Amino acid sequence: MSASAAPQLPGMLRDNPRLDQWVRFDTQGRVTVSTGRVEIGQGVLTAMRQIAAEELDISPDRILLQTGDTELTPNEGYTAGSQSIQFGGVALRQACAEVRLLFLDRAAAQLGHQRDALSVENGAILHKGQSTGQDYWSLAASVDLQREATGGAPIKQASQHRVVGQNLPRTDLADKVFGGPAFLHDVALDGMLHARVVRQPCRGATIRAIDEAAIRRAARGPIEIVRDGNFVAILGPDETFVEAAAAVAPGHVAWDNVEALNPMSEEGRWLLQQPSIDKTHGAPPTDPAPAGRAYEATYTRMHIAHASIGPSCGLALYKDGHLQVWTHCQGVYPLRAALARTLKLDPAAISVKHVQGPGCYGHNGADDAAADAAVIALRRPGQPIRVRWRREEEFGFEPVSPAMVVTARAALDGAGKPADWTTEIWSGRHTNRPGGGGNLLAAEALPDPPPPPPAVEGPPPPGAGTRNGEPLYAFPAKRIVHHLIAETPVRTSSLRGLGATLNVYAIESSMDELAERAGQDPVAYRLSVLADPRARKVVEHVAQMAGWRAGLPAGTGKGRGIGFAQYKNMAAYAAVIAEVEVVHAVQMLRIWCSADAGLVINPDGAINQLEGGIVQGISWALKEGVRLDESGISSRDWEGYPVLRFSEVPEIAVELVDPAVDRPPLGVGEASGGPTVAAIGNAVAHALGARIRDLPMTRERVMAALLRS
Amino acid sequence: MHSIAFTVNGKPASIAADPDTPLLDVLRNHLGLIGTKFGCGLEQCGTCMVLIDGEPVKSCGKAVSTVAGKTVLTIEGLGTPERPHPLQQAFLDEQAGQCGYCLPGILVTAKALLDRNPAPSRREIALALDDNICRCGSHHRILRAVEKAAARLRQGASR
Repeated sequence: MSASAAPQLPGMLRDNPRLDQWVRFDTQGRVTVSTGRVEIGQGVLTAMRQIAAEELDISPDRILLQTGDTELTPNEGYTAGSQSIQFGGVALRQACAEVRLLFLDRAAAQLGHQRDALSVENGAILHKGQSTGQDYWSLAASVDLQREATGGAPIKQASQHRVVGQNLPRTDLADKVFGGPAFLHDVALDGMLHARVVRQPCRGATIRAIDEAAIRRAARGPIEIVRDGNFVAILGPDETFVEAAAAVAPGHVAWDNVEALNPMSEEGRWLLQQPSIDKTHGAPPTDPAPAGRAYEATYTRMHIAHASIGPSCGLALYKDGHLQVWTHCQGVYPLRAALARTLKLDPAAISVKHVQGPGCYGHNGADDAAADAAVIALRRPGQPIRVRWRREEEFGFEPVSPAMVVTARAALDGAGKPADWTTEIWSGRHTNRPGGGGNLLAAEALPDPPPPPPAVEGPPPPGAGTRNGEPLYAFPAKRIVHHLIAETPVRTSSLRGLGATLNVYAIESSMDELAERAGQDPVAYRLSVLADPRARKVVEHVAQMAGWRAGLPAGTGKGRGIGFAQYKNMAAYAAVIAEVEVVHAVQMLRIWCSADAGLVINPDGAINQLEGGIVQGISWALKEGVRLDESGISSRDWEGYPVLRFSEVPEIAVELVDPAVDRPPLGVGEASGGPTVAAIGNAVAHALGARIRDLPMTRERVMAALLRS
Repeated sequence: MHSIAFTVNGKPASIAADPDTPLLDVLRNHLGLIGTKFGCGLEQCGTCMVLIDGEPVKSCGKAVSTVAGKTVLTIEGLGTPERPHPLQQAFLDEQAGQCGYCLPGILVTAKALLDRNPAPSRREIALALDDNICRCGSHHRILRAVEKAAARLRQGASR
């Protein structure tokens, strides 16, 4: 006889099993719900509110939501990887279901009713639909939530949902539309000093001389200059004076130990000559395909910037031996750990709280700005310090998404379908977050800097540089060969999609070329090698949305293309069709997108995320690439780093497939980017009759492709 | 320090500041009008857009001395949660935003457009907003919201 195994707790509930970490009834008429996930522009707080309201049977507006605070909320690591709903939301859902059941058990015992005859209606306990006079708050004192979840409470079926699946409006949008204090940048504490940092031009650079008098003259008002090792900050009560000093300061600090970069390293192909850490995933190595049955093509892209609309900001106060930090980073607990190591403080002496910031698409400068503020705050006890990066600093020093090269290689069977597939990837690191204590700019500038964090990436799925390197198509043998380049010209880390963007571009471009070689329509060819029914459905659905027709002639100047992927091979499925016109440059005409994200909490929110990924995808495909010169990133403003503007955005139609079916939710935030870039590439190839393999597809590259064709 | 007088959101303001102080700093740090955002300080992104005598101007590069005697409208003067401007209501109806950092600048730019052109085409709206960057990709909803607000304003005017 063996005891039946306890049900496994879902998602982040495994790491944070105590129910009162998630739900409490400490305010009359309200329920306090905690999530470790944070709002980074993706609408997650509204979705979390819906999930809790649904399982607790309470109106969403009675929920007090706590988010991203080391003093108050569960530790869910980072809000990243399109995992908030898929792993955090399902944890909250289970916790709420268990809490509701505990209250029903308590009410049943107290009232002498069968539990099955009881229900909850907006927090009130009903018996056979009639009031019992009891509610969550009257019973709260007698229900102990300081206990671990069991995984035993049933969650609602999709057919029972009343709040989940509704388009609840974003709870944070009104402040933003009416100009209220919505962002960390808007928080001003009494006695606060504004601060700017003079950045080291590169890791290891040391200060030879500072002309402090020149910096003070430029301020035109009182400022202080703080220096420790190679960390230099300018602070003062008047932001205008501080900013004026910071604007000229880089020109008044002379540095030693500055290594000149090779500007050629801005293009992906530079990676092919670099030492790398090599790993193979998937099928064992194979012999080269026989001539006539071999396919090979190589695709590249440049480094990509997060280029958030607002520069990074950090706020810190060191008082009575405790450091309080306010940040818009993605992980308050990992940042606390990194700050503790950098500042040599006990983590218990540090609190980190999330406050919303400008749009975040991955590991940007937010952690660094928080560390800047913390380093200064320790040297000015009792005074709140707000650091706001300059635009030039944001573009010049945030971690960027690495340049990449991807070679797709296939051995074809007699029908022109891949029997053996290899995706070979060269890339800098896509994961480089500061949790372990390294990789905070301020830490590198202080005396005794930590060593650079080692270059390590987990295997796919989900992978990082290897993400989506395995095609979802049913090829008999598939492998990924990964060359991780540890030393890159500039600091790199996670940006929406990670390696998936170029991997999907390479795979989907190759699929179109193989379809053409087999004399087949791109949609029909994909369907002929796509076994997963959900994948098939999104491809078929988007073809239907766009009125896809096979056999339209190529090289007419107008074209259509399709791109498909399941993000990380484990999150949402998305298929995109792009329609373009190419004269001298690529002009977007229309985009259609179909996505299967499993059970969708807030359909309009999911569509908003998919639309955002499409617009960013267009921008990546056509415009974006970080420029380098000898001294580092040279594209330090919006003219040097152009992104898509309003008049360049096409009509976009997005539809969800089966959003209200009882299936696990699948992360949607990063699903549409790769397929969009791929669809545009295929549409451009169709329009031109020639393929552009290097991103972005600028006017110069269009002209070069036309000359080749 | 000079005393500079102008009108902000219908109310008189008098500021003692260096005349070269950017208008954006005066709005945010002297007057507490934090709805207008700093984005680049280079007059490139539009998050700091305000209307000066009805015309959209990037306030990060505008010395406060140049607005003496003029009328400035910021997002706080457009409408309130109790009395939203049709543009604000339309942005909420269409859920036209993701992070929302660009929205104050976009809303006042759109107001200037609708004041001079009550029935703009989608193309005209897009061109009017080309000085405003939205990085999250809410463009499609923002364009739809401005169209909706324009239609409502026209209906209101014809009643």
